[in-house]
Parts: sequence; C-alpha cells; structure tokens
Amino acid sequence: MDSSPARLQWQAGAALFLAGLLFGAGLVVSGMINPGKVIGFLDITGSWDPSLILVMGGGLLVTLPAFQLALKSSRPLFESKFYLPTLQVVDRKLISGSILFGVGWGIAGFCPGPALAALVTLDGDVYLFVVAMIGGMLLHHRLFE
Amino acid sequence: MESFTPYSALIGGLLIGAAAALTLYSNGRIAGISGILSGILVPKSVDALWRIIFILGLLAGSLLAGLISADAVVVEIRTTPLLTILAGLLVGFGTRLGSGCTSGHGICGLARFSRRSFTATLLFMTTAIVTVYLTRHLLGVI
Repeated sequence: MDSSPARLQWQAGAALFLAGLLFGAGLVVSGMINPGKVIGFLDITGSWDPSLILVMGGGLLVTLPAFQLALKSSRPLFESKFYLPTLQVVDRKLISGSILFGVGWGIAGFCPGPALAALVTLDGDVYLFVVAMIGGMLLHHRLFE
Repeated sequence: MESFTPYSALIGGLLIGAAAALTLYSNGRIAGISGILSGILVPKSVDALWRIIFILGLLAGSLLAGLISADAVVVEIRTTPLLTILAGLLVGFGTRLGSGCTSGHGICGLARFSRRSFTATLLFMTTAIVTVYLTRHLLGVI
C-alpha cells in the first residue's frame, strides 16, 4: 500500500504551513509579486531590470544542494515516500503548455504563485486574473483528464 | 538603474528555496504552485488537505510580509481587464498542459536535474521575453 494517508500528522501540517509562509514572504520580499517588476525583468530590449534573475539564483542556491541531500534519504520526515514526477520524456504537451504559459506570463506579468500571494491586496485585477487562471486549469482538466 | 533590487531579490529567492526544500524534506512533495492549486480544484480523494495547508501558509506569509513592510507589497497591473483574463486563462491552461510553472519547473525541477523542467523553463522564459517584446515594443498594444 503506497496510498497517501487520509490524515496528516500535525508535524507534517505545521511544516507545510511554515513552507507556505516562507514561500509567500519570499514572493513579496523578492518583488515577484509585482507584475510591473516582472515585466521589467522580461523586457530585455527596454529598460531592463535584471533583479529577478536573483530570485531563481537564490532559490536554486538552496534547492540544488538541499534536494540532492533530501533525495538521498529513503523517505521524507513525515511521509512514507517522496511524491516525485514520474514522466521523463519531453513531449508535445510539455512544449506547447510551457509556450502558452510563457505567453500568458509575458502579457500580464503574473505566474501562479505571485498571483495567489497578491490576493491579500484585495486588488480586483488580481482576482480577475486568479479566477481566469483557475478557469484555464479547469478547462485543461475537462479536455485532457 | 533605480529599479535594480539585487539584495531583496536574492533574499526572497533564498526564502522560496528554503520553502521548497522544507516541503520536500518534510512531506516529500514538490512545491510547485500550479500543481498544488490544481489538485485542490479537482480533489482526488485524500490529496487536497496538504495543498490547502500550504496555500493558506502562502497567503499568511504574503500578508505577514505586507504587515511588516507595507510598501513591500506593490502590485502594478497595467493590462486591460480583457487582457488580464486572457493571460490568466493562458497561465492556468498552459501550466497544467506543461505540468508546472516557475516554481515547480524553475526552482524544484532544475534542482532535480529534470530534463523536462529544463526544457519547460527555457521555453516559458523565452516565450515570455518574446511576448513582452511583441506587446510592449513591436506592436505597442500594452
């Protein structure tokens, strides 16, 4: 039996909440939460603001060693196994999906994490984006799953 | 360059990396936001709880950072409502079709040396840059 348990240990839940907390704070502190800043980063032929490359740099600085270390152990702290993606091949779905995502990201400057984190501003445009994003996810579910 | 903010970007990146490492180390999960969110929308039996807890944490973290420094939470959206909706649809649909976004592919997948994530990250970065060039410069529609 390798189905995930119906109940989470409280420590597992606490760790997830803390992880979410760090993630949300990181999105705000880094400036990723601001579509204006993101567009400035993507606008390499305009007045380019390279700051956000350091978000990925800082993230990878931690995850590169941490993931190698974590995946050496046989199981995570509070679960019986690691839940990792199993697909290995680069297929048409991955390619077309990533392109569509890139176009949407380039239009508005929002990707999923920052859009959710920005909900706390109660800005109506953020809600418009998030509702449309959820709509896009549900559309994919209806068509392909 | 007045908008260049290397230190806050780096610190924010380190926080996001720490969050992804904690998620994997404690629960064995990948901290990819599009994947976490979509798993709540279409709940598969017992799989929704951990996702909800993570996203509540994310909202709390964003709120907390905003309380500590009110001017940190700047959200400037310059697209018309119609374009905002179009962008949202593309981001939602595209991240599901492509199995991930900036966090899942860009931060977690690259750290696992995943060939799929490397391809995805290269593609969405390039496409986003081209889209900004087309919409802001060549066509000037935004």
